[in-house]
This record gives sequence, structure tokens and C-alpha cells, in this order.
Amino acid sequence: MSVAVTVIGGYLGAGKTTLVNHLLRAADGLRLAVLVNDFGALPIDRDLIVGSDGDTLEISGGCICCSYGSDLMEALLELPRRRPGIDRVLIETSGVALPGMVASAVGLLQDYALDGTVVLADAETVRRQAADAYIGDTITRQLAAADLVILNRCDLVSDAVRDETVQWVEAEAPNGRVVPAERCAVPAELVLGLRSGGDRASNTLRTPGGVAASVLYEAVDLRPDGAVDVERLARALTASGSGVLRAKGFLRDKEGRLVILQVVGRRFEISYAPADATPGALVVIGLRGQLDCAGVGRAAYLSS
Amino acid sequence: MNPSRPEATHVAVRDGRILGVGPLDELTGWGPHTLDTRFADKVLMPGLVEGHCHVSEGTLWRYHYLGRFDRMDPDGKIWPGAASVEEVVTRLHQGEAKMGASPNALGEPLSGWGLDPIYYGERRVTRQDFDKVSTTRAVGVMHASGHIFNVNSRALELAGLLRPGVNHPGVPLGVDGLPTGELKGPDAMTLVGNHIGFDREVLANDEPGLRQFARLCVRQGVTTATDLANLLPDDAVAMMVRVTGEATFPVRIMPFRRFQGITAQQAVKHVLALREKSTAMLRLGQIKLFVDGSIQGFSARLRWPGYYNGAPNGLWYTPPEAIRDLYRLALEAGVLVHSHTNGDQASEMALDCLEGALQGEPARDHRFTLQHCQLADAAQFRRMKALGTCVNLFPNHHFYWGDQHYATTVGPERAMRMNACATALSVGVPMAIHSDAPVTPLGPLFTAWAAVNRRTASGKVLGTTECIGVADALRTITLGAAYTLRLDGEIGSIEVGKRADFAVLEDDPLEIGAERLKDVRIWGTVQGGRVFAAADV
Repeated sequence: MSVAVTVIGGYLGAGKTTLVNHLLRAADGLRLAVLVNDFGALPIDRDLIVGSDGDTLEISGGCICCSYGSDLMEALLELPRRRPGIDRVLIETSGVALPGMVASAVGLLQDYALDGTVVLADAETVRRQAADAYIGDTITRQLAAADLVILNRCDLVSDAVRDETVQWVEAEAPNGRVVPAERCAVPAELVLGLRSGGDRASNTLRTPGGVAASVLYEAVDLRPDGAVDVERLARALTASGSGVLRAKGFLRDKEGRLVILQVVGRRFEISYAPADATPGALVVIGLRGQLDCAGVGRAAYLSS
Repeated sequence: MNPSRPEATHVAVRDGRILGVGPLDELTGWGPHTLDTRFADKVLMPGLVEGHCHVSEGTLWRYHYLGRFDRMDPDGKIWPGAASVEEVVTRLHQGEAKMGASPNALGEPLSGWGLDPIYYGERRVTRQDFDKVSTTRAVGVMHASGHIFNVNSRALELAGLLRPGVNHPGVPLGVDGLPTGELKGPDAMTLVGNHIGFDREVLANDEPGLRQFARLCVRQGVTTATDLANLLPDDAVAMMVRVTGEATFPVRIMPFRRFQGITAQQAVKHVLALREKSTAMLRLGQIKLFVDGSIQGFSARLRWPGYYNGAPNGLWYTPPEAIRDLYRLALEAGVLVHSHTNGDQASEMALDCLEGALQGEPARDHRFTLQHCQLADAAQFRRMKALGTCVNLFPNHHFYWGDQHYATTVGPERAMRMNACATALSVGVPMAIHSDAPVTPLGPLFTAWAAVNRRTASGKVLGTTECIGVADALRTITLGAAYTLRLDGEIGSIEVGKRADFAVLEDDPLEIGAERLKDVRIWGTVQGGRVFAAADV
């Protein structure tokens, strides 16, 4: 079974490190390996660190953080030997890296499978950065590769500017979905994935501090009857306007096979489920008010 | 190179340094002496200084040389260039035949370097070509640029890449849906590198490679060479201190610490600590920074109108914020920084960052140097002059890739202006020129020839207005390079008080003629007063 990888990109100061720390706090038993390469002095909050050994930091809860310096591929190749039993890898790219290139590099490795590409952008500065003569095209190429764009620091701009910026980012990231946020406070599931595909109500989405997640996000549990045209369902969930940020479910396909459907933004992946899995609910999450619950329900009905 | 004594018959040496230069009767005033006449029929130049190369050239000779052009190895043997892909395959065959067929030996990869398929027309090199060499042993060859591997099926298989569904811009697929065996860029290369003998750790900080590199230096008249760049871990530094300190080690090495994966503060702190370990033969304490990629790899950052073939702009390797931080802290600490900027937008950005840093931390004599800086225009050279920046240009590109730059990468006009040595000199920017060995062969006299003649492999002259004179070129490969390394008070000219470093030549480069400058025969070197004959190293 390959290890899921999330690529976390975005320019300097967009909040990558804050997001990573938030995810480590919310790991809740998931053993995460965070691979970082940036010029930040300290990539991890001190209170999370329980030890260090060379270029590896031990994080409470069985997680680790390694710096990969010049060679991400080497670090990924070595990881299973150095630390067996990792559940998930987060790659925090350098501020000028193109996350799309990192994602395709992950695709070369058979031990790993790309889960999604999350790009952070600073609501206050992203449009100015995108107009910069030097880094402008780097910013837009980063956004274009995103499955999810976390538009951070929305508390620093007016609602009007936020809405304009969301629209602008949506145009720059035609294959992704935009999630407005403050201090990177998004439900960990958005980045780390939904756990089992089992039952989950919206009140279990966790955001750190601030407004309760249930105010901002909503989750729908669908229980399609019998066999499902999984690809048709996936296309509906990832269509523009569905508002789906994440979805996961164990489904029985038309050929009778048990498969896992996973959606991140507008990317979906269908893979065979482990032999011991049982079909369960399809959990779909999105922004409250933007998730087209009725449309999603209809899609599930039409696909079965 | 010494204006008060541009030419002389004798040089007096004591304790490894130059006691005096001039006619014998003037030098005898220093007291009792031994007259050494062995170089009576030779020409002594200041020892040549290579301001941008990599010690790994010494390591690569462990593998089979498969380049298009003749190249001299550390033993002085000239390996002829391979005229076709078929010839490359034949040579690999010959190498394979010598490896033995025991099960152990079969596990050994067959490795080559220097391949440059652009000289073989449209024909791509594929895994099927190298499968003719072996299907059971991994075969892999690094391109001359260092940015691409070509491998056989076995190597792909070992790397887990001989499968359908590979989707990566650096891994082209054949009509069968399987990778063709060409692997472009560091990510794809890393996957196969360990299987074909190109382990990164081996290439960096390799003691036998350092020794081989030193022998090459003697053959090319080089007495001081940089290593640009190296992560300089403690064990590598200890090895370099030990090896360069040996009584018969013939070349001064100046490694630059690569700025990567650490903060500016950590980098400056690291090199300040390293500086304490410096010796006469190993100069530590400077930093190299990568701003962008390469022109022929389309990863250099270009200003408008960008690449001639329409390729998207290249990549930034370091964010401007980090560059500004590094420049500011390095200026404050008096640490030398050389910045790799191939494209003109990268050069511009580096100059912007330096200008900002200098406002906060004025430094009159920093010698920060733009390395490669191949596409800079006159206005950028004027800015470099104003900011006190040096430049180290790359004229070997004219010969090796000038035709490709003309036709594909940057187009005719910029290809004719590239590596604008004449502009740099007329504007007054302190200038060096380099080989970037192993990307092109180590050999400052060849590089001088390239700057003087600007001739491509096909014989075209790219931009006669940027050709420089022989005397200027010779100064550039000695004192010019020494200046960019802050060593001009110590080496770079034959002058009282300086190190007794000489290139010993059979021909006079000022008389042989501009066209033949690269053909000057090199007897060897004198380094710190010690004599090294190329024939004996």
C-alpha cells in the first residue's frame, strides 16, 4: 500500500509553516512525516518537538519532520527505511518551488501516491505578488497547480476585497477550489484527508481556536444504495459549482468491486479498497453555503 | 600581468614566494642564489586561476568519457570525441567487455559521462541503444550539461520506472508508453542515479577525485581552482585540509559553501567557522548562491522576450527575500558571496537585492560576483560597475552550445551578445572567465581562446564586437579571476611578495596568434615554488 502524499506549496509568508503546525496538532494518532525545505529558522513549534537527531525532529504523537535540503527524492526514497510505519507525508515546498513539479516527481515513486496539492496564498498580498516582475509567474504557476487553495489572512482584508480575491484566485486556479481562512484555521481533514470513510457529522470537523468549524463548513453523509457508477459520481462531485472540497467513501462499483473514491478539490481518484473494507457512507465536505448539498445528493442517487 | 615588469628574463623565489622579477643582475642583490635554468626555453605566466569549476571533474574520469569532442584525462591521455550515437554505444560495449561476468561484477553498473546528443541531429538516444550494451547490467550516461541521464532498460527497471503510466515532464515516453530512458532534471535523475553509479554522495567530496582533479590542474597550468559549490560537511573539510596540505599537492583549492536548505544566518555562521580552518592551500569561508537554472535546460530566468523557441520562463532557485537576507548578513560579516545567474532576469534580480542590501550595509570592496551572467546587457554591466560587482563570464558556451543558443534558446541577437566580455571590460567591471568544469573541460587557455574568438563548434563567429584581445584574456584568467576571489594581493601576477605560482608553457601565448591560443602547449606548473611537470604528475 502506497503512502499518501500531500504537497503544500505557496510563496514565503503565505502560512505554510503555520498550516503544518496546525496539522501536527490535529494529527490525532496519524503518524505524519513532514518534509520541509525552506529558509524558515524553525519549521516546527517548540512545544511540539520531543527530540531531534541531525536533520530530523521528533514530534509528539509519533510524527517526524525532516529537512530535505537539496534532494527531496532521496529523502522520500530513504523515508521508509528510516521510519517505517508512516501514515502520510506532507511536503512543504520552498517558497519558489512549483508544487505541480513536486507533485509529478512524487508520481515517479511507487511507494507513494499523491493525495493532493494544497497551495497557500496571502489574501492581502497575493495579487500584488502575482504582478511582481520577478516572482509573478511563479505565484500564478503555483496557484494553477492547486487542488485546494487556502486563501489565508482573510481577516486582514475587507469582505469586498476578500470576495474579489477569491474570484481572482478561482480564475488562476481553474483546477482547484478556494478556501478562505484566517491563520490557516481550516479543518485538518481538508488537508490530511477524511479518516475511514465511516460516519462523520459536521460537528466533528476541527478547526483550531476561533469560530467552530460547523459554522464555516458543512459535511454531508451519503449512502448510495448498491452498486454505483463511481466515475460518474466522481465527475459530479468535482464539477464546477458543486462546492466539494473533500470527499471520501468506500463504494461498490458496477462491476461489484469495492473501491475507494477520494476527492480533493477537483481531483478525484478511484482505487481498489483493501479486502477487509466494508462499504460505508460517502462523506463530503465543503464550505457552508457553497456546498451544493442537494446537487451532491442527486448525483449520488443518479449514479446508483 | 605586472605592469612595471610586463616581461622579464628571471624570477627569484624564496620560501615559496616571489622575491623579485627582472634581469639577473638586479636579482642578485638579494644575496647568494642558485640559478635554475630548466625553464630557460619556456615561458612563465602567472599560475592560471579557474574561478568557477567543480572538483567533481576529477571524479567523473572514473567513468567512461563519451563526449562529442576530444578531451584530456588526468593522465594526459586524450580521449577522442564520439562522432555518433553508434560510436557511443561501441565505446560502452568496449567498457562492458572489460568488466567481467561474475555474478558480483554483473551487479556493477556501467557508467559514462559527457554525452551531448544535440550534435547527433534529431536522433534521440533511447534505452534500446544502451540495451545493445547490456540487458542484465544497469547502463547509465550523464549528459555534458550534468542535467540529463540516458539509461538502459535494466536501470529503469531497478528504479521502478519501466512501467506504463509514468507521467512526468522529465521522463519522456516512447510509442510503447514506457519511458524512453531519458531522465531530465534532478528528480528523475536521483531515482536512477544510485543504480548507475552516480551516487550524489560519491560525486561530492571524493578524495581520489580531488587528487585526479589536481593532476588535471597541473596539465592545464592551473595553480588555484575553486569548487563551486559544496555543502562542506565536517568530514569533507577534514579530508580537503589533509589532502591539500600534502607536500606534493599542486593546486590551491577554494571551495564555496552552497546556500541551500539553511537560513542566511546559518550559512554565514557556517562559513565564518570554516574560515578558521583555512590554510595556504585550502581557502574556506565563502558562499555560493543559485538564483536560477541553465539556459540550455530552459530553467534560466530570462527577461522579455524570453526563450526564442517559446519555452516558458525558467525557475527561481532561491526567493528574493532569502537572497537579500544573505547579501545583507554576508556584507555585514565580510563574507564573499558568488551568485549563479544564467539568465538576464536572474542577474537583474540579484543586482536589485544587492543594491538593497548595500543601502543597509554599505561595503566598498565586497567583490560579490555574478557567475555565468551570460545574457547581461550593457546597462546591467553599468549597474554592476556602480554596485562594485564583479562578473565571471562563460565564453566556453560559444564553442559548445553557441549554435544551439543561436538557433533555439535565445536566438541570433542575444546569442551574439552572450558573455559580453568586451562590454564588461570597457565598462570596467572586474571580470573573470570560466569553464564550469566538468560542464566544459577545465582549461583556462581554451576559455581565453573562446573569449578571444567566440567561435562555435560549427565554425560560426558569434558577435565579433564582443571579442577581446589576447592580452586582456590572459589577464582575465590570472589576475582577473584572482580579484573575484579576493586573492589578487597574493596571486595572479608575477610580482614581488606574491606566491611563486606559474604556468610553465612551451609556447608564448602572446606570439602564437589568437586563433591558436588554445593550442599553447603546457609543460606544467610551479606552485608555491614547487615544480610540477605535467609529464610526471
